[in-house]
Amino acid sequence: MKNYFKPAVFFFSLWPIYIITYQLFYNQLGPEPVDRIINHFGEWTLIFILLTLSMTPLKKITSSLEWIKFRRMLGLFAFFYASIHMLSYVGLDYRFDFEPLIDDVLKKKFIFIGFSAWLLLIPLAITSSDKMVRILKKNWKKLHRLIYLISIFGVLHFIWLSKTIFFKPLIFLIILIVLLLFRINFRKFNLS
Amino acid sequence: MKKFKYSEITSEKIYNKRRSFIRSMGYGLGTIALSSVPLINAKASNSNEPTSYKDITTYNNFYEFGTGKGDPHRRAKNFTTRPWSVKIEGEVEKSLELPIEEILAIKSEERILKLRCVEGWSMVIPWLGFSLSELLNKVEIKPSAKFVEFETVYNPEEMVGQRYPTLNWPYIEGLRIDEAMHPLTTVVTGLYGKPLPNQNGAPFRIFIPWKYGFKSAKSIVKIRLTKNMPNTAWKNASPREYGFYSNVNPEVDHPRWSQATERVIGESILAPRIKTLMFNGYGDEVAHLYSGMDLKKNY
Repeated sequence: MKNYFKPAVFFFSLWPIYIITYQLFYNQLGPEPVDRIINHFGEWTLIFILLTLSMTPLKKITSSLEWIKFRRMLGLFAFFYASIHMLSYVGLDYRFDFEPLIDDVLKKKFIFIGFSAWLLLIPLAITSSDKMVRILKKNWKKLHRLIYLISIFGVLHFIWLSKTIFFKPLIFLIILIVLLLFRINFRKFNLS
Repeated sequence: MKKFKYSEITSEKIYNKRRSFIRSMGYGLGTIALSSVPLINAKASNSNEPTSYKDITTYNNFYEFGTGKGDPHRRAKNFTTRPWSVKIEGEVEKSLELPIEEILAIKSEERILKLRCVEGWSMVIPWLGFSLSELLNKVEIKPSAKFVEFETVYNPEEMVGQRYPTLNWPYIEGLRIDEAMHPLTTVVTGLYGKPLPNQNGAPFRIFIPWKYGFKSAKSIVKIRLTKNMPNTAWKNASPREYGFYSNVNPEVDHPRWSQATERVIGESILAPRIKTLMFNGYGDEVAHLYSGMDLKKNY
């Protein structure tokens, strides 16, 4: 039975693609289709980053090692959707017109931090294979701790682009804080 | 030689088919962003063709009903717009309270004007309305009045967005008095020949076509003539991002995004952004209001 879990998670992870394809074909992307596509993949990137970060806490809570099997796949999906998000901004919105794009990246802090987050995801995606885990040994774990920084950058990216206090970015922020708190080893601070 | 209008050569039906053909071609290319590479030079129209009634009435920023673009359409259906009256007060000889019926009785004309949102998108809207000056001329304005302040109704029972501190409620907007008296500053009473839908600011709103959309206050209950510059809602929320003037200006970027270009609402996914025009294209009419002013400082 357990052999089916991974393919199942894989097909469920394609959900954002099914939605957008359906909306594209049935003309349901709304009055601002490009904006819709960019935001859609941006939100799903954050969801997959949070899902990736949930696997270790779930392992601890359920005392089951099963969860870790999905971590790499979910992380790669986060990178996949981040790349579509970035490419639809660069390609669909700005038509690869690099002058205003570079201007945006340098001058607008929410784009700067979002772009940085995507750049930081690249080494993690490249070193995600079993082979790389073996080659990098202890350094692999150090390198992949970057995901904490990336997740903070990602949520900040969402908060900074919002015009005022919006609910969605706040929800992402709260979930992220909870997930990061799981990483702090409180016993370390317990001196007694 | 006889010149043909485009509409005479291509019937509307074929014209529309052509557009849907191009659109379907786009769908065929799928979701991959790279598909837009060969279309870098595609041109979007900077025409004055009105946006569809559906887009105008379902894609709104009206935070009193929620921050989602579809929220106003969904949540404003049962918004109470009668009875309604508008007070004109402040630096006037005698303040006045006008029932909405009296305002709607003033002769409206169709005014096809472009709306440019500060978020970087635009629509062309066939409003019904008349110049605000006609309304302001009903009172005797004191010489001490320098600004006009507009206040949106406060009704958290029906305007669910007002239950949250997204902005300081009630919504306040304002204009300098010469801006308010400009004939293009419009009291809106309807659109597409119909009464104004609730989500668009019923029963009574203003529209200032050369300023970003948020300057055009909706569902107004008070017009106050003041000595001092009004503390407008968005300036109050983030003074670095939103100025009092907020004239459409492609050269002055919003701190978080460029204002050089805009997306045209209702265009296909393949249509590129178009260039934003100074004063949203109404420079000939309004530029003189700001002669000698540094518009980078007075954003």
